[in-house]
Amino acid sequence: METLISILFFLFWAALVIAVAALAAWLFRAVIIAVSPKNLAKVLRTAPLTASFGMLIILIYVVVSVLAPAIAPFGEREVVGGEYLPWDSTYILGTDNLGRDMFTRIIYGARNTVGIAFVTTALAFIAGAIFGLLAATVGGWLDQILSRIVDVLMAIPALIFALLLLTIVGTSIINMILVIALIDSTRVFRLARAVAMNIVVMDYIEAAQLRGEGLWRLITREILPNAMAPLVAEFGLRFCFVFLAISALSFLGLGIQPPTADWGSMVRDNATLITFGDITPLLPAGAIALLTVAVNFVVDWMLHRASGLKE
Amino acid sequence: MSDDEKPVLLTIRDLCIEGYADETWLEIVKDVSLDLRRGEVLGLIGESGAGKSTIGLAAMGFTRDGCRISGGTITFDGIDLRAAPVTERRALRGKRIAYVAQSAAASFNPAHKLIDQYSEGPLIHHVMGRKEAENDAVELYRRMRLPNPEEIGFRYPHQVSGGQLQRAMTAMAMACRPDLIIFDEPTTALDVTTQIEVLAAIRDIVEQFDTAAIYITHDLAVVAQMADKIKVLLRGEEVEEADTRTMLADPKQDYTKTLWAVRSLQRDEQPPAGAGETPVVSVRDVTAAYGDVPVLYEVSFDIHARRTVAVVGESGSGKSTAARVITGLLPPLSGEVQFNGETLPADYRRRSKDQLRQAQMIYQMADTALNPKQRIREIVGRPVEFYLGLRGKALEARIRELLHLIELEPDDFIDRLPSELSGGQKQRIGIARALAAEPQFIICDEVTSALDQLVAEGILRLLDRLQSEFKLAYMFITHDLATVRAIADEVVVMKEGRIIEKGGKTEMFTPPHDPYTELLLSSVPEMDPDWLDHLLAERAAGRAGAGVKSADA
Repeated sequence: METLISILFFLFWAALVIAVAALAAWLFRAVIIAVSPKNLAKVLRTAPLTASFGMLIILIYVVVSVLAPAIAPFGEREVVGGEYLPWDSTYILGTDNLGRDMFTRIIYGARNTVGIAFVTTALAFIAGAIFGLLAATVGGWLDQILSRIVDVLMAIPALIFALLLLTIVGTSIINMILVIALIDSTRVFRLARAVAMNIVVMDYIEAAQLRGEGLWRLITREILPNAMAPLVAEFGLRFCFVFLAISALSFLGLGIQPPTADWGSMVRDNATLITFGDITPLLPAGAIALLTVAVNFVVDWMLHRASGLKE
Repeated sequence: MSDDEKPVLLTIRDLCIEGYADETWLEIVKDVSLDLRRGEVLGLIGESGAGKSTIGLAAMGFTRDGCRISGGTITFDGIDLRAAPVTERRALRGKRIAYVAQSAAASFNPAHKLIDQYSEGPLIHHVMGRKEAENDAVELYRRMRLPNPEEIGFRYPHQVSGGQLQRAMTAMAMACRPDLIIFDEPTTALDVTTQIEVLAAIRDIVEQFDTAAIYITHDLAVVAQMADKIKVLLRGEEVEEADTRTMLADPKQDYTKTLWAVRSLQRDEQPPAGAGETPVVSVRDVTAAYGDVPVLYEVSFDIHARRTVAVVGESGSGKSTAARVITGLLPPLSGEVQFNGETLPADYRRRSKDQLRQAQMIYQMADTALNPKQRIREIVGRPVEFYLGLRGKALEARIRELLHLIELEPDDFIDRLPSELSGGQKQRIGIARALAAEPQFIICDEVTSALDQLVAEGILRLLDRLQSEFKLAYMFITHDLATVRAIADEVVVMKEGRIIEKGGKTEMFTPPHDPYTELLLSSVPEMDPDWLDHLLAERAAGRAGAGVKSADA
């Protein structure tokens, strides 16, 4: 009987959370449609609730990371009380293993983890896309060399390779960004090359080549605009992977170094609490999961649009 | 053949079909009704977008994704297809109603042998066992006059030529001996010489099994051979329907009359150039290969200013390869291309900007020839900016002038994307882009073959006008001899990478011909409903190019 009640109780809460999320997503979509210009509003109207929920969550994360000092009740590195204090009105989510405020650290963590993930993904994309498009357009030996290098890099498991490189070059935020960007750019390279391969055989590319257009213009004006849709969709997905990679590296102690707040290392530092039945250490993990889900919702919608788009 | 007493097999009444586009439902078929008796062949003709295929599919109780049947009834042999449950409709399809698609190459599964795909239908519908189906396949392959009927079924689709594949597809549709077959442009993608064999085979087999058929095509001459009666469609509505002979001899509606009239476009041959005049383009003894596969053997021809040279031949004859050699995309193994008497570098990358500017190209598929992400302003403006260095106001004025030349209103079109244009308009933009470079010579690669007849005629007239206005030389690659008749001054006939015959148009169209030219010429369908019978009789008697192997045999 008790189990039944607890199951019902759980289902009730689950339904409530989903209903609130759906309502928030619906309201959010209504608001952004109302405030955005006509063309954009037309596109947004096609967004399913999942996508608008995703956009809402991403927007909240962005606002929180930008305004972190204003929102957070304490300083990022400030020791404010005893270790592992429980949730109360001063320390909303309690304190961590060194007595720092959990809530504050989660807010700053958004800034660090999300910011670094974004920079890393952007770097991976710029490098991967440029080389991928170049390989497809020029072809021949350049394509062979670049593709073989990428094959070699991809043959090594990503996390192991990252650990290896970081032990060689030393751990710092810059190094981590470069290493992860390098590893992820190989994936982007393969996508960009595959997409561009289908575009370079089009007659309009032949027409541009026969016109005598240079390589740079061929890539930026003729090929890139047609490859944008799959690349943007991949950007969203890749962002999640990078994000998880950073958290994983931080959890292993090779990522963002203390005392900088970071969600991955926050889980590790406070992991002991889990054995006492306290869910606080799982909150940063939950924050990671929520953002990943949100980004994927938006990406799914973009992929759907890209595949069925008339233009 | 009197079909009037035969029972009615398919009845469609007031059929309306809607398609979903831009967030609204648009009517694409309006109040179309038809009756089809057993053993009768109905020809559906119209331009693209007329709803021919949509009606054909609806006859099977099927609509494409994003379409819905919004009104009317479809009754097949007493079964209401709109009301019938999915399982019942599925039981009919393939067994009692079959469908033959336009591109057999795209409709066969490339991973399975022909005979396995043949047996699929009979097995699913429990009409025959596997062994029986395979024997039956061989029998039908023989009736479809496929070479080696015993073993052709054990080949994969890519091992068989286009025309043979189309016949195998028809045989497959016949597998369950359906009462009704829908042919959706079955010969449109084939060469004229191949088309004859497929048409004859389809007609025979439909007669032998007394199968009713709906034959969808945009080619009037083809439908004249195949159908007992013809229905003309325009934008989803019926224009008129009549018995084939009546329809051909005495069309009632104006629209039908214009369709009939298109084929009459003809231009007089321009006087030949003086002996001393240097040709604009001169192809000298060009031999070329793709890798190790030779495709051109010592091809030579000249193109003079103000003249159009039509290069004709079946697919694979090397006509497009000749164009690739001229443009420098495929450097030849030997021989050279001269421009105004001066030899061009073989590779386009080594040609000067001015040499590139002088020779422009218009492509067959305007869809892939225009960058879908660029606006007309950029597509047409780029060559002007690139070659002639015009900027700002001068550039804008020139783009507008070019759009005027191709008869499109600049204010309407300048900011559109290619996806916002019709097929004919896209092709006009392709022409404008070529003109923008102010060339002396334009290669037109099958520019009208993807277009409807009326639209194609407009394009041909435009090209003709531009030629006299700008003293252009055209190289016109085509497989359509009606187009040749309409626009050419000289004709070059190609086969298997060699030039078979060349000369002035009048001379080429008057006998005696080379046997291969004869085969090509005689294979062009004519509007006469008895044409196919006569031709087959002639060929049986050893005339009309009978001795020459077409690419398909």
